[in-house]
Amino acid sequence: MDLSFVILVEVLYGVASLVLISAGLAVVFGMMKVINLAHGEFMMMGGYATITAVGLGVNVFVAMLVIAPLVVGLIGLIVERLVIRHLYGRLVDTMLATWGLSLVFIGLATMIFGNTTTGISTPIPGFAFGGYQVNGYNFFIIIVSIVLVIAMYAVLRGTRAGLIARGTMQRSDMAAALGYSPDRIYMMTFFCGSALSGLAGAVLAPLVGLVPTSGGAYIAKAFITVIAGGPSLIAGLVSSATSFGLVSQFFTFAISPVIGEVALLIAAVVLLRTMPQGITGRFFKGKL
Amino acid sequence: MGRSVLHDVIITLVVSALLIWLLPLMISTYTLTVLVIYGMLGLSLGLVWGFGGILCFGQAAFFGLGAYTYAIAAINIGESTLPMILAVLVPAVFAALLGAMMFYGRLADVYLGVITLVVTLILFKFVNSTAGPQYVIGNARLGGFNGIPGFQTLNVPGDPAAYIWGDPYFYVCAVALVIVFLLVTWLLRSSFGRIAVGIRENEVRMGLMGYDVATRKTVLFAIGAAIAGLAGALFANWGEIVTPNLFSLGQSAEIIIWCIVGGLGTRFGPIVGAAGLAYLKFMLGQQSMIDNTLVLGLILVLFVLFLPRGLVPAVASLLNSIFGGTKRKPKPRRMRRARHG
Repeated sequence: MDLSFVILVEVLYGVASLVLISAGLAVVFGMMKVINLAHGEFMMMGGYATITAVGLGVNVFVAMLVIAPLVVGLIGLIVERLVIRHLYGRLVDTMLATWGLSLVFIGLATMIFGNTTTGISTPIPGFAFGGYQVNGYNFFIIIVSIVLVIAMYAVLRGTRAGLIARGTMQRSDMAAALGYSPDRIYMMTFFCGSALSGLAGAVLAPLVGLVPTSGGAYIAKAFITVIAGGPSLIAGLVSSATSFGLVSQFFTFAISPVIGEVALLIAAVVLLRTMPQGITGRFFKGKL
Repeated sequence: MGRSVLHDVIITLVVSALLIWLLPLMISTYTLTVLVIYGMLGLSLGLVWGFGGILCFGQAAFFGLGAYTYAIAAINIGESTLPMILAVLVPAVFAALLGAMMFYGRLADVYLGVITLVVTLILFKFVNSTAGPQYVIGNARLGGFNGIPGFQTLNVPGDPAAYIWGDPYFYVCAVALVIVFLLVTWLLRSSFGRIAVGIRENEVRMGLMGYDVATRKTVLFAIGAAIAGLAGALFANWGEIVTPNLFSLGQSAEIIIWCIVGGLGTRFGPIVGAAGLAYLKFMLGQQSMIDNTLVLGLILVLFVLFLPRGLVPAVASLLNSIFGGTKRKPKPRRMRRARHG
């Protein structure tokens, strides 16, 4: 009983962290068709923003949930204006340019913060459940990612801004004809995507020791989850995160964490080979 | 046609002989050797990506696989000839299997990129975790993140005591690069190469004309991997240790940057890009003012934005416009960049 509860929490945590890692990329790639390979570095910068803010005496939760998304969103805005705006519609070129950007950010972070591991302690203490110690922070991550998915759905589905954004992504010329500036809408969407990446990096920061290169640990997972998810933004994100989370946690418990990671990657290869259009290319068609 | 081939070969041989003679006067052969090896690695991706239109994010996987194959085989055999051959064959077979899985499934573009990236990551994670004594192939311990040191380095075939190292090793590598370069030239001039370029330009059309696109792409992919494997084996000999970092994403990124900067769709570009950027990195490594990665990243971003065709095509067209005015204009070979966007 106790063990099954712990395993349930771990599995949920695995899924939630995948959702969190991929959400920003899902917005940027799923909507704008920009493959942002600097996504991992956006998360890394979110982490550093949190740690710096906490070091300056800001409350941890304010730093994680407000300051980090804002800072990273602004950085994303600058990047979009300087680089990505010139490359819309050129998939491979954006991929390469953002890869270059990721190297630039790694270099900058190394110069500013040094090549050492920094971190903050988890703000929520763990507790004992039966014979097991459960990390209380895992619940926080699960809740944040649930709220995030619901909020994304609500914004995209329910608000006028979401409607305009979705419309522009489908037919930017039509949106322009109706009086909306696609340029500004792209800009704002990229801002939101970057802010989500920053939030994810900030929320995950207490769990990992942060180094300038720690973005690399996220990018592959995020990339895989989003691509395997397919064209539908939220349904794809949730379904692929769930399947990969289940696979990786199953093998983590059954064999070892390394095998869990490898199993996730192999599952991704198999999934992409059998469903090249992603999960939502075949199931949940037409959902958001 | 036959005459112009001969012409090409002679020019290549003369230029490379001059370079092999002159460069050691300026840069130490120890550094030059690794530049040559990187040049070969760049050429392997330049062939697959620039002429085949296959954007492989995992060329480092084949590089690392070649290096590890060489190291493991060299420890078990104690002589370097067979390991060198194996180091070419194993990555080629691996790439053929991987390529068959991808190309017969008609995966392209981003999905190709993701799968090659993921395979590289799997290899990296797996090799990184093999630190325990239970991970043994023959006499060779895989060693996890510490890598494999102390294997038999290159020797004169048949005489394990006659090591090739230092200056002679540079000449071996340089000659190997020239041979590979000529082979690639030959391949691209053959009908196989022309059809590969055709597939890059329009896959559907080539398929409708009756060419077996999937097989041809798989073969080209395997050839690229074989070259990368050879580069890996040479690198293992140069470094005298192989580590999982050979498989890392950073290594893959670098290879792609070399190709972009040097110029895709040329044979020469990736070699120049690789050697030039590797030398730049070496020079930057000697100062601590500006971080190395920052400069490489900036170079990549700037090239994608302002010079997406790369250095060699840009210089070539510049020279053409300066000197080519009076001469009979050579028919411009259409070398469009491989794009999928």
